Amino acid sequence: MGWFTKVKKPLESIAFKKRIPEGVWCKCKGCKEIIYHNELVESFGICPKCSHHHRISASERIRLLIDDATFEEKDANVTSADPLKFRDTKKYKERLGSAQKKTGLSEGVISGSGLLESRQVEIAVMEFDFMGGSMGSAVGEKITRTIERGVEGEKPVILVSCSGGARMQEGLLSLMQMAKTSAALGVLAEKKLPYLSILSDPVSGGVTASFAMLGDVIISEPNALICFAGPRVIAQTIGETLPEGFQRAEFLLDHGFVDMVVPRLQLKLTVAQLLDFFCGEVAY
Amino acid sequence: MDYLDFEEPIIKLENRIEELRERSQSDGKDFLPEIRKLRQKANRLRRDIFGKLSPWQRTKLARHPMRPYTKDYIDNMTSGFMELHGDRFYGDGVSIISGFANLDGHVVMVIGQQKGRDTKEKIKRNFGMSHPEGYRKALRLMKMAEKFNRPILTLLDTPGAYPGVGAEERGQSEAIAKNLLVMSSLRVPIISVVIGEGGSGGALALGVGDRILMLENSVYSVISPEGCAAILWNNPEKVEEAASALRLTAMDLFSHGLVDEVVKEPSGGAHRKPITTASTLRRVIRRHLNELMKISSDDLVSTRRNKIRNMGYFYE
Ligand SMILES: [Zn+2]
Repeated sequence: MGWFTKVKKPLESIAFKKRIPEGVWCKCKGCKEIIYHNELVESFGICPKCSHHHRISASERIRLLIDDATFEEKDANVTSADPLKFRDTKKYKERLGSAQKKTGLSEGVISGSGLLESRQVEIAVMEFDFMGGSMGSAVGEKITRTIERGVEGEKPVILVSCSGGARMQEGLLSLMQMAKTSAALGVLAEKKLPYLSILSDPVSGGVTASFAMLGDVIISEPNALICFAGPRVIAQTIGETLPEGFQRAEFLLDHGFVDMVVPRLQLKLTVAQLLDFFCGEVAY
Repeated sequence: MDYLDFEEPIIKLENRIEELRERSQSDGKDFLPEIRKLRQKANRLRRDIFGKLSPWQRTKLARHPMRPYTKDYIDNMTSGFMELHGDRFYGDGVSIISGFANLDGHVVMVIGQQKGRDTKEKIKRNFGMSHPEGYRKALRLMKMAEKFNRPILTLLDTPGAYPGVGAEERGQSEAIAKNLLVMSSLRVPIISVVIGEGGSGGALALGVGDRILMLENSVYSVISPEGCAAILWNNPEKVEEAASALRLTAMDLFSHGLVDEVVKEPSGGAHRKPITTASTLRRVIRRHLNELMKISSDDLVSTRRNKIRNMGYFYE
């Protein structure tokens, strides 16, 4: 298949943004131990002591999954409009501005083409720091185009989800991005091209209830929260505390809703191997 | 009869008219001139109040306890309805009612969310909040409709998909996501009508149609005004602001191109004249069905996909 050809592409540099705050030391969110900051950055946010997976930025994620100097960003100029002129305690425009400043990104997802262990892939990675990774029209559009590039170029598609759900500030337009991305995946499936869904903490609401749950294979990072309704909402509805581990990756594995739970540093090789199972050349 | 705060002045007038009518019969006195005057006043009042409903008032109307539900539309728009049950995996999913029926010469698969009228039915229907079984039943029957080349009519009326432990354990997200994907590629016509409350993903899971219609006083939103106020305003009392900001009314959504047609309701809302509302809606559905039935399956799917594809506003 076309996408299997090994091609080197020049790097279109994307702003590399570390999520872990600056400073010499930081505290692990898992074991609460003090860790040397650089060590955490080098290990892609995994605690050397308890292997807690800290949230990492979309650009770090691309560095983790895509071969050096092969990522070519696409649709970086697709950005949110403000069709409803939405204003709560703050204007949506202002929220967008501060998210852009905070992340150095124009929108809550980075998308593009690249090589994964020398296999051509189309990939989109959500950025949680951009308004909670929420999906509005621009995010939905970039993800849809990523899938469409997969269809056009006959390449596998990888979507890495990390999101609080649909972006309220765009009202029903955000909700419709669920349908838009899912419909695009329907076309990809008809062409018999693989889609791998990777879930990282957290994935909830309209993102879980659309493309995140539609992977041919769904892979989650350990302990990631994956839900439709958040635990707080459910606790409120039923008026009791929730069982330990409820809605975590391992819970979903137990209940049959993800294929596997894979530690971050093994993700790339796992995906490469899966792609070979799907479309690699077979020796008879 | 249950009524809303802003309906009260009208209801009071109507009660007064009714009183006078009864007295004119029993006392034999002629109250006709006064009744006529009061009627005019009531009509004026209704026009005034319903001519400028706020989005939050519209939301209340969409959730009106007397508002016609799926069952009422099935009774008043179709004949020969035969309910079909079960998702074939786990349960029936009774927040959703589904089955074949006749609608003006078409055999259609009707699938709608049912809120429940009295307390007993409300509890049985889980207030219209579906578990995954409901969505999976809907999916099974939509595929069955496709198999037998019958068009699909979905009626949307839910506060949202149910947020509960069992729903999560049994894959609420997966059930909704699967419906979105499959509905986008079904090879028979799909007409979706928001008849009351279009509550987020729980409504959308039945809402990927060739035609998306809304009754005039229905609402459709990514989140409830209550939820939005609590999260974005950090103040649950800001529901009016949230309802306005979300642009959730039928006319707002029509102007954003997300809805194909807004179906007029009788003055005062669908609950004032459920049968009139149903027959108006039936005529609109028939018109769309007649159009859609002429289109080849290939064109139907590609047009539907394009329609979904083009939803969204962004800069580039
Ligand atoms: Zn640790």
